[in-house]
This record gives sequence, C-alpha cells and structure tokens, in this order.
Amino acid sequence: MSDIYIPLVMNNQEASSSPQRIVIDPLTRIEGHLRIEAQIEAGFVQDAWSSSTMFRGIEKILIGRDPREAWVFAQRICGVCTTVHALASVRAVENALGIEVPENARLVRALIEAAQFVQDHVIHFYHLHALDWVDIVDSLSADPIATSVLARSISSWPNSSPEHFSTVQQRVQGLVNSGQLGIFANGYWGHPAYNLSPEANLLAVSHYLEALDWQREFIKIHAILGGKNPHPQTYLVGGVAIPIDNNSSAAINDDKITQLHNLVSIGVDFVNQVYIPDLKLVAASYLDWASLGQGPGNYLSYGDFPLNTGGENWLPGGVVFGKDISKRPLKLDASQITEYVTHSWYSYTDGDGLPLHPSSGETNPNYSGPQPPYEYLNTESKYSWLKAPRYQDYPMEVGPLARILVAYASGHAKVVQLVNVTLGELGVGSQALFSTIGRIAARGLETKLFVEEMGTWVDMLRDNMHSGKTTTHNGALWEPATWPDKAEGAGFTEAPRGGLGHWVRIENGVIAHYQAVVPTTWNGSPRDANLVRGPFEEALIDTPIADPERPLEILRTIHSFDPCMACSVHLVNARRQPSGIQVQVLH
Amino acid sequence: MLGLGNLLLSDESFGLHAMQALRDQIDSRMEIEFVDGGVLGLNLLPLVEDASHMLVFDALDADLPPGSLVELIDDQILRFADIRLSEHQVGFQDVLGLANFRGHLPEHIHIVGVQPAVIGLGLELSEPVTQVLPLAVSRAKDVLVGWEY
Repeated sequence: MSDIYIPLVMNNQEASSSPQRIVIDPLTRIEGHLRIEAQIEAGFVQDAWSSSTMFRGIEKILIGRDPREAWVFAQRICGVCTTVHALASVRAVENALGIEVPENARLVRALIEAAQFVQDHVIHFYHLHALDWVDIVDSLSADPIATSVLARSISSWPNSSPEHFSTVQQRVQGLVNSGQLGIFANGYWGHPAYNLSPEANLLAVSHYLEALDWQREFIKIHAILGGKNPHPQTYLVGGVAIPIDNNSSAAINDDKITQLHNLVSIGVDFVNQVYIPDLKLVAASYLDWASLGQGPGNYLSYGDFPLNTGGENWLPGGVVFGKDISKRPLKLDASQITEYVTHSWYSYTDGDGLPLHPSSGETNPNYSGPQPPYEYLNTESKYSWLKAPRYQDYPMEVGPLARILVAYASGHAKVVQLVNVTLGELGVGSQALFSTIGRIAARGLETKLFVEEMGTWVDMLRDNMHSGKTTTHNGALWEPATWPDKAEGAGFTEAPRGGLGHWVRIENGVIAHYQAVVPTTWNGSPRDANLVRGPFEEALIDTPIADPERPLEILRTIHSFDPCMACSVHLVNARRQPSGIQVQVLH
Repeated sequence: MLGLGNLLLSDESFGLHAMQALRDQIDSRMEIEFVDGGVLGLNLLPLVEDASHMLVFDALDADLPPGSLVELIDDQILRFADIRLSEHQVGFQDVLGLANFRGHLPEHIHIVGVQPAVIGLGLELSEPVTQVLPLAVSRAKDVLVGWEY
C-alpha cells in the first residue's frame, strides 16, 4: 500500500488504555491539506489539533492590480467554490466604491449562487460524506427486492424497482471482482461503527450514482447565466455581464427563463425525493451522533441573497452565542472580526500576541514547523497555515448549521417550519441541532430551502424583463477616474461551507491591500493566544473511537463541516505505477 | 484537450499555460474542445465522460528532477479515490475512477505532464518548466496526429 495515498494513522503507544496520538493526513508527502492530530485515551478523543499544511496568500497576488479584475484571480483560489470567491470580491470592490447593484444583477447572482449551493451540498452528501455512514461493500449482501420495498416506503422517486437495484449491485460486484475496488478502495469497509442495513447501503450507492447524472443537468443553470463554462465569466463590478433582451438569443429571454424553470424543477425533485429522504434515513439510523461533534456552540452567518425590499438579505445574518436560539441573534458587526496568528505560521509586525482586523491584516509567512517527513507537529507552538479568526474573541462555527440556526432564531418563517417538522419527524429536541447530525441535517434543509426559492427568483427576472426593467449593470463608476484616491470596503457572501469575507483597500486606482477570511479558516482554525480551540478541534472532543487504526468517527465530524482547503495540489500521482509499467521519461 | 492546474501556484499552472500555447499553434478548424479545467475536480466529470479522446496537460509528481517531461497513456494512469478530509481533495484520478465505475471512460487518454520545480504562490512558471513547455506542446501535437486529428 502506498504511503502517499493511504491516510496515515500513526500511533505512539501500543496499548489502547494509555493515551495515543493519532494523525490523519491523507497526503503526508504533498503540501496542501488538512491534517488532524488527536489524543485518544480509553477510547475517546481527549484533545485535537487541526492544521492546514498549505500556505495560501491570494492577498499577495492582488496587490497593485485593477480592482475590477480581482475576482478573476479570486475565483481561482478554489475549484469547488469558484463562484463565491468571485462574488465576495466584486462585492468588496462595490462596497469600497459605493456602487449600487441593479436588482436583475442581484437576481442573476443569487441564482448562480443558489445553484452552486444545491449542487455542492448534494455532491458533498453523496460523494464524500455518505461513505462515512454507508458501507459500500456491505451493499453486496442486500436483497434487491427488499431494497425496492425500502426505497418505495420513503420516496416516490421512480428508479426503485428490484431490477434497478440489482443492476447497481452488479456494478459494485463487477468492481469487487476486478480485484480492486477502484474509487472505493480505501474505505473503512466493515468498520463496527457502520450500522445501516445492507438494503439501505445499496439504496445509497444507487443514489450516489444517480446524483452524478443529476448534477450535470442541474448545473447547466451556470452555463445559461454564467457564460463560459466551466469557469463563470459573468461577474462584473457593478452587476453582471449577461444582458436581458427578449429579442436576443444571447441574452436572458423567455426561452432561457423556461430552461431555468425546467432545471430548477429537476433540482426540486431530486432534493425532495432523493436527498432529503436519504438524509432522514441516515439521521434516524445514527441518532447517537445527534449528541456528538458539538463544537464551540457559537455561530456566525453574514446572511445572503440581497433580494428583499431595500436590498435586505433574504437569508438573515447574525451571531448566536452559547447555543441560545431562544432569542433573536445579535446583529453581526464585521468590525468585531479579528485574526490571531499565535499558533499559525505567520508573524505580525507588532507581535503575534494580539489579533488584527482583516482590513489591517498581514500575510507574512513564517514557517517554524518541522521539516518533512515528520511524525507530529509541534502543537505547543505554531502548527497551521490557517490563521485563527475570532468574533469578539470567540471561536465561531460557520456553514449550513450556523445559517440555519441564525435564520431560525431570527424567526425566518420557512426555516422555523422546516426545522420544527424535521425535529418532530426524527423525534428529537432542538439540542440535537448542535451536533454532527445537526450539521448534516442543516445542510440538507437549506438545500431544500434554496432550491424551492429559486423558481421565485426566476419569475422575478421574467417579470422585470416583461415590464421593460432590463438593466443588469451599473456602469456609472466603472472608470477609475471617477474613484476617490483612497477607498476601502468589504464584501460578504455565504458560501456552501460558510461565511466568506473579502476586504479591499484601493489607492490611486489599484489594490493596495487585500485580505480574505474563508469559511474553513473559521471552522478549521488552530488555537488562539488564549489557547481556545477552533471549531474542528472542539467538535472532536469526547468522540468515541472504536479502532484508532481506522478513525472513521473523526472523519464523520470533520466531514460534517465540509472542509474547504486550497485546491492546489491535484497533481496526478505518477509515483505509484501498476507493476511492470515504467514511467516514460523524455527529458 | 484539458489543461489542469491552479493558476495562482507557479508550476502548478503548467497545464493551463501549455494548453494556451497548443491552442495558439494548431488549426482552429480542428474538432478539438479546449477546456481550462483549473482545479475543478468533480465538475470535470461530464467533460471526461463526453470525450472519446482526451489529451491532458498537467503538473504531475513522478519523483523526477524538476522540468522532467512525463507521459502517461491509458492504463498507465491510475484511477482511484482516497479517503479524503475534503471534497477539495477530489483529484483528476478520482474523476477518472468515477468515469470508469460508471462505464464512461474515454477510449484514449494521454497525459503530457511535467515535474514541477516550484509550487509556491506566483503567476509565473519556473525556469526548468518554462524550458520544457515547447517540447510538451510538440509532444501533444504528435499525439493529436497519432489520433488522426
């Protein structure tokens, strides 16, 4: 087995009764990944450290550039979250220059963003997270007839015949017979923490495959609204580049509106008939996880979709402390956000003990960790490339759970109803929300919330077009000659993984300062100067570990946050070749 | 023709630069779709599954001196996924693994890769990778000729 591609789990003790330090680091010899070190005693995680082993500093690349082009670079930060970085970047520049964005542009942006959320959440659930709960190999012992009965008992989704499940099962069997599980080769199959029935496992494998077909259809929304695929080209400081003109085939017109409605309805069907029923099936089978993986209990959401009257966010933002959702969330004050580097591989000019606000943030790399290969990080000192963001000095969880809790506490009617109904169906109280399962459920519920709202936004675009309101761009402040010598601003968006903020300072027409605080910096942050753990670290405390060699339980909680790492190292691995085949070297 | 890599990380962007160079050099009437795949991961699956022949430029790790050109053809390319901490670790090989599982792998896949020297922040290619780029493009053209394009 390769030492590169297998998650390296190291133990410093043989006996399981004494403390063990384990390391989960999927790519130990290549930079750019999330690494978890956990101290385990008597079968439970006693302490944990989260580290990103990759420096990312988009900030440095943007200095001196035209602020109108910043989003083109920003969207390359990450391949999964391209659209949200582009959006946060144009919003930061618009905020700095005081540019009002026309409603049509806000609608187009909202539809692109919501489509991103829906696709991303479904794919995260089936492609990554389901495998923590679904034992693929166990699906081979399922009875296709019983699977069909199960499928039809939870959903009216049409692909539910015994023949269908039999075909899926044969596909998995084919993979196993080939002697290699291929894409499923390195799962913890047979782990005692799996407890779905073989039939539920087979059902999930089937939907895993169907989700891939579904997503390629659904995401055509981006091609319709975003121009060039795969990287959207439609963002523009002041609006969007796509025009609205019912007499033009290249613009948003009645035909495109119909296409959008059709795609949205494909989305609604899949979410309601496949994703949500599967989510409930998994949640009901793993209710012990409704009290595990809690985290710091503080939640932050910027809110998003500025489509209400006066440009107010349709999804409200705010801050919840101490899991208290019984009263309205506090209003979010972005001036209260700071970042520590006490345990991060950076240095601040005025010392590392005090945090800085992103508008005056610094990105001075200062790697002081061990040289690879190494066994453990020195977690007493600096141990991550992530900074430690704090709000009023508290670690905050961001993401679907934060959004849902903030909206729930704000009294957002649809969210309140969705949450209450779901808790009732699962027979659990609101305390279950603050957990690994709560995070997974919140992701599903907001997917349903957004996809069901998208049709309304398409209708708003159509109505604007028919009433002659076709502006998609405000170009009044496009020319740098119209800008002040100095301007400063911030752009916020909710990304699938949580709140995203970009801060920009413009001087003499170019970018003088840029900082981004991304969702996983909040969630995956290391300790701060006061030794307070970040959300991943806190959420792992007291997690039961059945087998330290196969820490499936740690993956469950970390995956429930849907971590976002710099999409940097995708290098095709040519080191581990099938035997007998030599790498062809020409140079 | 798929170019892969992160534009912001020096030699990691080799695939994007090489694709642009190839595009500038060949007859635009040829039936080739050029795709800037960036680091899109799973979003590349539809493109892969729709292709009959797929030529890929990418930085790759063959444990060779920086600037070494490495070609991988069809079965030489491993197709698997790993346990991941993040959806963002879905690599191109995982995409191939999925396409394989679903029975939609392209008939021919040819990767023209280079061993990177620098994967730090930056928009420029390193000297060794810059030097090998014309050879990589020339090899890609040979591959296209071999495929009778």
